[in-house]
Amino acid sequence: MNIVTHRTIYFWITGLILAGALGAIFSFGLPLDIDFTGGSLMQVRYQDERPAITEIEQQIAVVPLGTASVRAVGSDAVSIRTRTMTPEEHVAVLEVLSQNDPITELAYTSVGPTLGEQFANKALWALFAVGLAIALYIAFAFRKVSRPLPSWGYGLTVIAILVHDLIIPAGFFAVFARFNGVQVDALFITALLALLGYSVNDTIVIFDRIREHLATNEKSRNTESFEQTVGKSISETMTRSINTSLTVVLALLALVLFGASATRMFSLVMLIGVIAGTYSSILLAAPLLIPLARKFSK
Amino acid sequence: MTRFRVLAVVALVVGGLLAYFVWSTETDPTSSYRFKLGLDLAGGTELVYKADMSQTAPGDQAEALSALQGVIERRVNLFGVAEPLVQTEQASALSGTTDNRLIVALPGVTDINAAVAALGETPTLEFRLASTTTVGTTTQVGYVSTGLTGRYLASAALQFGSGATAGLAAPQVLINFNDEGAKLFEKITSENIGQTLAIFLDGQPISTPVIQEAIPGGQATISGRFTATEARDLVRNLNFGALPVPISLESSSAVGPTLGAAAINAGVMAGIIGFAIVALFMIAWYRLPGLVAAIALVEYLVFMLAVIKVIPVTLTASGIAGLIISVGMAVDANVLIFERTKEELREGKEPREAVHIGFGRAWTAIRDGHLTMLISGGILFWLGTSIVQGFALVFVLGVLASFISAVSLSRIFLLAIVPEARSGMWKFLLSSGIRKI
Repeated sequence: MNIVTHRTIYFWITGLILAGALGAIFSFGLPLDIDFTGGSLMQVRYQDERPAITEIEQQIAVVPLGTASVRAVGSDAVSIRTRTMTPEEHVAVLEVLSQNDPITELAYTSVGPTLGEQFANKALWALFAVGLAIALYIAFAFRKVSRPLPSWGYGLTVIAILVHDLIIPAGFFAVFARFNGVQVDALFITALLALLGYSVNDTIVIFDRIREHLATNEKSRNTESFEQTVGKSISETMTRSINTSLTVVLALLALVLFGASATRMFSLVMLIGVIAGTYSSILLAAPLLIPLARKFSK
Repeated sequence: MTRFRVLAVVALVVGGLLAYFVWSTETDPTSSYRFKLGLDLAGGTELVYKADMSQTAPGDQAEALSALQGVIERRVNLFGVAEPLVQTEQASALSGTTDNRLIVALPGVTDINAAVAALGETPTLEFRLASTTTVGTTTQVGYVSTGLTGRYLASAALQFGSGATAGLAAPQVLINFNDEGAKLFEKITSENIGQTLAIFLDGQPISTPVIQEAIPGGQATISGRFTATEARDLVRNLNFGALPVPISLESSSAVGPTLGAAAINAGVMAGIIGFAIVALFMIAWYRLPGLVAAIALVEYLVFMLAVIKVIPVTLTASGIAGLIISVGMAVDANVLIFERTKEELREGKEPREAVHIGFGRAWTAIRDGHLTMLISGGILFWLGTSIVQGFALVFVLGVLASFISAVSLSRIFLLAIVPEARSGMWKFLLSSGIRKI
């Protein structure tokens, strides 16, 4: 009951977090990686001591590539981002780097600009399509529910929640990007899309319970207010909402702490998204139904 | 109850057999069911080429693309790579234009520049008819595609013909077409007598002979200004196949073996720890049902690994992450069912009945939740690129398997052991958390 009666406070709290995330996105921006912009990314390990970053930058400047961004990775490696290199330019960079210090190239990726642009297009479409498909499915699954809120009202709420669940991890990512130099890559989009499918789960559990209560109330001619029904549903499903997320959070924590470095950022984005998805379904999704239903009963 | 006990034993035996399958195929180095590791784990090179189809009629593009694939496959085999993979992709209806791509995966090849150079030696061979257009006083020579390309090449040979330079035999390249190419060549030459049929090599007209008469038999001679070495190299390269359309390198990536090995170790480590924590949490919180869920989770994992081996799904770092996340998600349905069962117990139902009702009541939420995950998984797969698909495939499989495991395995196991009437011990075993029922 508490959450429903004090929903304004929770709306404010979640609203503030949301505003913080949006602020981070707009002030820091989300720097796009070569998956979207096209470009080349090299990861090079020094067998002996790694030279200073500025020194490495000076070495690369010999090859006319425009600006190259060099970043330290771990204690002995660097990552180098440039515009899309030709195979010849790639050889040239490897040569200048290995002049003084023996190096091993750990990984190299080069993406043509058109391919990147197409991926960016596709990614936006995919996010949009997943959000819409899920909302439509919810509207369909709740089609038998009509009072006091039509089924598409649930779908609409789900869309709002999904937008929230994407903005929070994106906001965190903007902060990481600012201080860690990570960039939005294909895996970030993968994380967001997987989150869209997963974070709605908790919301479904609560909505499902509301659906069930509404049906039994109708049968037994119970004149319970919608507010009471929602409040009851939230408190009844609280443990499972938290526990279902907790198991995923535990798996994700293992990935963040022990998993491959290639998927660390991905796991972290998912971790934050799952947490945001859990509190948003408890504090936001179900309570939001009440003002929405009130609009309809007028 | 006997029925569920039999089913439970069957499920355990099947799980054991699957586990044996996963174990034995992995320890046997000759088995064809070993995990297929993606390039990011095994180390290797991936090259994405874009085919320039601007000179090819839309109807012929699909065929030209498969011809391209064949030629590049032959080229790639020169590398002696264990399992090279050449795929084609006709993509992107969204952006309006169709892009034809060729994706070449070379496991174990870490010298990306050598790979690019070797594939770059593949010649593009094309026969085009010259057509002159006169605009005002200037005459322009344009070349029109005839459809006769490297696709129809059967073999090439070096010969020395009588050259223009006094006394010296000029090196020439003799081309033999296959049957289809021979017919096409005869048709083109018979219909265009007196015109110039230019031979384009790698986009440049290297020889522009005039057609004197129809040429049957499917032989053509390229007499460019070759040196003997150039001609010999060309013959060698043509014999490995000539491309019907020019290709250009669009993107490439290479991962060294060290990074891949580290990613595998880290993935296995994270998997074991993640699995252990999730299982421990379930047992600690849900007691007996939690233990049942943990056993069902082991079966789930064994089943997933077996499916990944049999399909086979190529494992990538993102795929391993997907598998570990799916372990966390797979118990979700169990949590829903157990919580529901607990509610029924609280209302005074007998244990077995409570379990039955718990499964029934949790069903709609489980169904809706899994379907939304399948929606996003399916669209993820459509999104393309190998790194995303690596995750998407495992994610979708995981969702399906968790669905099956939750609604069948956990239920069978639980119904096999839960008694009809409640006693003190069962009350404890079936309750959860720190609260009493």
